[in-house]
Amino acid sequence: MLELQRVAHRFGRLGPLDLGVSEGETLAVLGPSGAGKTTLLRLLLGLLAPDQGTVRFRGEDVRTLDPAELRRRIGYVVQGGGLFPHLTAEGNVTLVARFLQWPEERIARRLDELLHLARLPEAALQQYPAQLSGGQAQRVGLLRALMLDPEVLLLDEPLGALDPVTRFDLQADLRTAFEQLRKTVVLVTHDLGEAAFFAHRIALLHEGRIAQEGTFEELARAPADPYVARFIHAQRAPLERLR
Amino acid sequence: MILALLAVVQIGSKAFTESVIVAEMAAQLARSAGIETVHRRELGGSRILWDALLRGEIDAYPEYTGTIAQELLPGQGDLRGRVAGKGVVMSRSLGFSDSYAVGMQRRAAERLGIRTLEDLARHPGLRLGFSNEFMDRKDGWPALRAAYRLPQKDVRGLEHDLALRALAGGAIDATDLYTTDAEIAAYDLVVLEDVRRFFPDYQAVLLWRKDLPADAAAALRRLEGRISAREMIEMNARVKLRRDPDSAVAADFLAGALGVRGAGRIEGRARRIAARTVEHLELVAISLAAALIFAVPLGIAAARRPRAGQLLLGAVGLVQTIPSLAVLVFMIPLLGIGARPAIAALFLYSLLPIVRNTAAGLSGIPPEIRDSAEALGLPRLARLRLIELPLASPGILAGVQTAAVIDVGTATLGALIGAGGYGQPILTGIRLADVGLILEGAVPAAVLALLAQALFELLGRAVVPRGLRL
Repeated sequence: MLELQRVAHRFGRLGPLDLGVSEGETLAVLGPSGAGKTTLLRLLLGLLAPDQGTVRFRGEDVRTLDPAELRRRIGYVVQGGGLFPHLTAEGNVTLVARFLQWPEERIARRLDELLHLARLPEAALQQYPAQLSGGQAQRVGLLRALMLDPEVLLLDEPLGALDPVTRFDLQADLRTAFEQLRKTVVLVTHDLGEAAFFAHRIALLHEGRIAQEGTFEELARAPADPYVARFIHAQRAPLERLR
Repeated sequence: MILALLAVVQIGSKAFTESVIVAEMAAQLARSAGIETVHRRELGGSRILWDALLRGEIDAYPEYTGTIAQELLPGQGDLRGRVAGKGVVMSRSLGFSDSYAVGMQRRAAERLGIRTLEDLARHPGLRLGFSNEFMDRKDGWPALRAAYRLPQKDVRGLEHDLALRALAGGAIDATDLYTTDAEIAAYDLVVLEDVRRFFPDYQAVLLWRKDLPADAAAALRRLEGRISAREMIEMNARVKLRRDPDSAVAADFLAGALGVRGAGRIEGRARRIAARTVEHLELVAISLAAALIFAVPLGIAAARRPRAGQLLLGAVGLVQTIPSLAVLVFMIPLLGIGARPAIAALFLYSLLPIVRNTAAGLSGIPPEIRDSAEALGLPRLARLRLIELPLASPGILAGVQTAAVIDVGTATLGALIGAGGYGQPILTGIRLADVGLILEGAVPAAVLALLAQALFELLGRAVVPRGLRL
């Protein structure tokens, strides 16, 4: 579905690396800040062009695709939601659909489905971003990304700035949503637990390269190098100390 | 017939009382002959009026033979023929001469023993203040200094009426006068004798374009030989010292000397202010609208390309550093006199605040918002229209507000080049030392600036999206 072939970006300090995501799969890109996670997402969206290598979407070089067209087939959720402050939640969610002149009943139907999926109270739709809680803003960001029913969903630290309780609720809802939607998902996080909770497969980034790729169990059982071992240990140890 | 009705005869006057009175008489005479006539007051100095006459922006104005011979058409031969060569008709003398002269306060002159222009050379420490036009004219200060070998170093240019007041107040020791100035008697001034016959004769005449309709020309000719120097001094005194409206003074003279009645248009204060308000609003509204149309795209371009944007902002900033008076005057050769050059100058002045605020508003949009917009797959223009401009709207509006307030103030200078507006009563008020008249322009201008401020505050509620005001 998505494929990076020998891709490198100098200013994003990424690569060269190879990475593939198959249809329906949830991949977590894990790593500390500065590892190049966000650069990777921006390359997939065509917001950045690679200095070398090729990014493919369904086998086609993204450079040959119309960028606006490509981005409508990929939903993108940033930390905090990235909502436009001058539009209501509904205005944010339906912005592109209205730009594409969807009929009103189609918009209403899609909104209804999504509200249900993201467990957002209907009243929240008429609020402006400044009036929403952090969790609500994040849910609205998710709705906006899903509005056009994209084939792929990219999430950049979707739970990053939330308090633990909100985070816990949203985590569960997100996983349910991913399972129901059966979409190809790439989720960027620095949190091992989150990666393990959501993803079929984890790619651990270290200084712009993939240190190891596999399931959580594979990474935990057989770390490819001392860095992977340290990264996993550092995130698991606090919990184990409590036992 | 219809064309004749549409054609309005425009009579100009220079920015001093006598010229205004004579032009007013000419306008009233033409009007009494059934010709639609407008008096465009206080347009500036000789050169501006002469050029405006040649370009057809005005049809007639009062002039002095000495000025034509020395300043406008220097050369040899018959003056009337030289003027005709330019497509202009010169009337016979209106009956009086208004020469340049140099005057001092009687007490000071007597104390120093100064009686003639030659005597001035013995007192190099004297402070001289001349009207701005006299400072520059070929027949003015430079030639006078050469002719009498005058040694004074402290010489400055002032507005003529301010110079007379400075002389009365003792801030300067001598100034140029017109021999028909009412102040000579009123302030008890001494006119220094021109023993070397330096100043030429300045017979008052009317100039008009050859294409002026014959009936209008005939009406203007009725003033030939009818005004004596004594009558002119008296009329100057009535307007300047007694503050009688110039239109009333002109009407009284026409009624007495020519038996012409009822052609004077004496506007009440309210109607006068209303007319000035319309002119002022026109200057501000047109220039501001044009600036908006140009400045917002320029601001967008500046935000898109920061390096080119710096150059652009530098360029529009440079315009702002040129004194507004100079910008107005630079516009005259390009666009003539009246509202057009004033609007062009105001337009240039309005660019900077709008361009700068648009660029700043757009550059200030957080990167994650910008990224989200791009990642949604909206084309560039749609992002601009749906997201970036609404987010920058508070800044853009603030820029327009600043431009509007600056415009309202600067537009008062438009009166200097015949654009009318609130500057007109201020200008006349300065000429007549009439504080009431100055306030008649200054107070509405200040009120209008406040109204503009308030209007844009209200507009902000309508234009700036509600989500940005939470």
